[in-house]
Amino acid sequence: MAKKFRSKKAVERGTNVVVYVVLTIISIVWLFPFFYLILQSLRAEPGAVTPYFWPKQWTFDNYIKLFTDTSTYNFPRWYGTTILIALVVTVIQTFIVLITSYALSRLRFKMRKPLMNLMLILGMFPGFMSMTAIYFLLKLIGLTQEMGIVGLILVYTASSCMGYYICKGFFDTIPKSLDEAARIDGASRHTVFIKIILPLSKPIIIYTILTAFMAPWGDYMFASLMAFGDQKYFNVAVGLKYMLQRETIYQYFTRFCAASVIVSIPITALFFWLQKYYVEGVTGGSVKG
Amino acid sequence: MTQPVSELDYLKMSAWQKFCYKFVSFFKKIPMGFLNFFKVTIPALAIKFWLDVKQCFVNVGKAAKYGDWKTRTSFVLMGFSQLARKQFLRGFTYLIFELLFVLYLGLFGWKYLAMFGTLGEHTRGEFLNPVTGIYEYTEGDNSLLILLYGLLTILFIFAFAYAWYQNIKSAYSTQLVEEAKQPLATAKEDMRSFVNEQYHKTLLTVPLVGLSIFTIFPIIFMIFVAFTNYDMAHMPPASLFTWVGFENFIAVLGGGIATSSSFAYTFGRILLWTVVWAFFATFTNYILGMIVAILINKKGIRFKKLWRTILIMTIAVPQFVSLLLMSQMFADEGIINILLKQWGIIDSHIPFLTDGNWAKATIIIVNIWIGIPYTMLICTGILMNIPEDLYESARMDGAGPVKAYMKITLPYMLHVTTPYLISQFIGNLNNFNVIYLLTAGAPLSLNLANGAGETDLLITWLYKLTMDKQSYGIASVISILMFIITAIVSLIVYNRSGSVKNEEDFM
Repeated sequence: MAKKFRSKKAVERGTNVVVYVVLTIISIVWLFPFFYLILQSLRAEPGAVTPYFWPKQWTFDNYIKLFTDTSTYNFPRWYGTTILIALVVTVIQTFIVLITSYALSRLRFKMRKPLMNLMLILGMFPGFMSMTAIYFLLKLIGLTQEMGIVGLILVYTASSCMGYYICKGFFDTIPKSLDEAARIDGASRHTVFIKIILPLSKPIIIYTILTAFMAPWGDYMFASLMAFGDQKYFNVAVGLKYMLQRETIYQYFTRFCAASVIVSIPITALFFWLQKYYVEGVTGGSVKG
Repeated sequence: MTQPVSELDYLKMSAWQKFCYKFVSFFKKIPMGFLNFFKVTIPALAIKFWLDVKQCFVNVGKAAKYGDWKTRTSFVLMGFSQLARKQFLRGFTYLIFELLFVLYLGLFGWKYLAMFGTLGEHTRGEFLNPVTGIYEYTEGDNSLLILLYGLLTILFIFAFAYAWYQNIKSAYSTQLVEEAKQPLATAKEDMRSFVNEQYHKTLLTVPLVGLSIFTIFPIIFMIFVAFTNYDMAHMPPASLFTWVGFENFIAVLGGGIATSSSFAYTFGRILLWTVVWAFFATFTNYILGMIVAILINKKGIRFKKLWRTILIMTIAVPQFVSLLLMSQMFADEGIINILLKQWGIIDSHIPFLTDGNWAKATIIIVNIWIGIPYTMLICTGILMNIPEDLYESARMDGAGPVKAYMKITLPYMLHVTTPYLISQFIGNLNNFNVIYLLTAGAPLSLNLANGAGETDLLITWLYKLTMDKQSYGIASVISILMFIITAIVSLIVYNRSGSVKNEEDFM
């Protein structure tokens, strides 16, 4: 009996070793690109690629030149544009998502179900389809290129009420008896929302803020359409892809890597700081749908 | 399996037969589902709509018949009834709305509406001014503006009709309240109702205005564009475009010359790859992500947090950075090829992104790299909810880990995460970033029309058609077809997931 027990333990240890090996390999594969990115951003030799892995000379020039030499590619400007857009979008989008979710979760009115169905259907149209029409609309009002920031903010936020699912799912879990007790005490719907629901919703508010802030950084499709080829009005995603075009990649690849690191650091830091809320939101949302 | 199987027969089947039975009956349900949709859902909606419209006319008729002179004046002068009964807030709101609408229509809307049928007839003229020696232009019609403003005007007319109807209804009901000698709602009470009974209006106005202008209106606009010949050769303001009926649909769906590089062929090829891609992208991520989550959560494995953090790096770093970097790493002269050569695994470089089939495989693999962490996160939480004693009893019965996974973990996960899978699948059908930033649709192929490449999805092809070729008409047709595909997929799966939820097959 004792022998059998031990052998079972040995098997257990054996599988654990296998699992550790697999996890280590996975970790290496997952970290390799980031490691390569940092190495390349510190490389002094020019060229899109070197036939060896470790740089022969190390330098910080790529980072410095990114901000000093803006004649060809104006990275600081792209960066500023993107941060500005992300901040404004975060504020507006959080506001819109919260009020939409509250209305659809707590209030009962005739158009509630049809409205939710409408948004479901609208979500099935490819986002880019409406984009051309929006572009013409904004061009008529003069909100592209120079005013592209305003245009992009409008585009990102205007339809953000369609992303109410996760937030509504959270509101649905807050007991209704809380509302009713406050209503009996004479509080208006508005007071209930501000004074009772919102203070209980910190996790979902942070989740909304986090996702709203991260989205504009990765958008290529809309941002490139708005700028319409003028690199002054690019955001970082469009700009960095532009850096890699065939004519300049030889000279600019290392600088592209440096720019990527600079773009990634604040977002990565923010993400890890608020990771807990992100995980909660994603997990909750995927189950309830 | 033509006859529905009785419950007893079903229970007698082996697992494999059950699976086959479910599989077949699922596909057999699809045509029925469609038929039901057309036979039941649409008539039901139509009847409901018809009843609503009838009710509107009944209400208006009642107001015309029994209304006093104040109510009847409201038919022409919106808000008059309310104003005459000292409900100034409501009255003025209606009146101002009517004034604005009349001004808009008179000064602006009607001339675009009048040209809506033809989308303009006068091309812009160009002549050399003999005095200055500069080309000058005579004013022509701008089809784009006509279409845009014409549609806007039509929508405003609908909105006005709705407001007018509300105005009549409200006018008549205030009259009734007055006749019953009841106090009328004051402006203060009206305002207060906006934080109570009508709070939904207060909250939803801004989101819905945004939605209407930036999603609904553009979609309607593009649906209309699908029926025009708006492309590079018909580009306002230099020239006009006009209605062409279903020509674009025919071009995309197979009419015309069926050469190998026709639109229809290209569309078919790209559609096939889009579906294949979405299928593989969704399920490889799902299965592999779940396995990674199981590995990390395995009892006796330490540093759980460390493994998780390493994987989450891919979510934290902006996706476009990783994608652009990957596109360089997998290039013909990229670091992956260099390292593989140095280690002596290959002699000549692998065309990761320059050969059609290799590129497709590479894209799916890179997508696994990007997608696994998300699935891992989602699965981690749910896996912990599976009761441990299920596994315990499975082990007692002599089930190995693989069997336990197939019999317990996978069914449970599928059961819980169906909505997530649907949204992932639809998201992947429209996954612009992964394809465009990695390959931009390349490698190009001579077999495909209009600049489409081997790895183009419908959405990236759409982007190219719009940005580079400016074939707006065709692009709109493709958008509509994409919508139909997405809608069908979600309809089927939503119906299916409903049945899944009712089946408590395990536990």
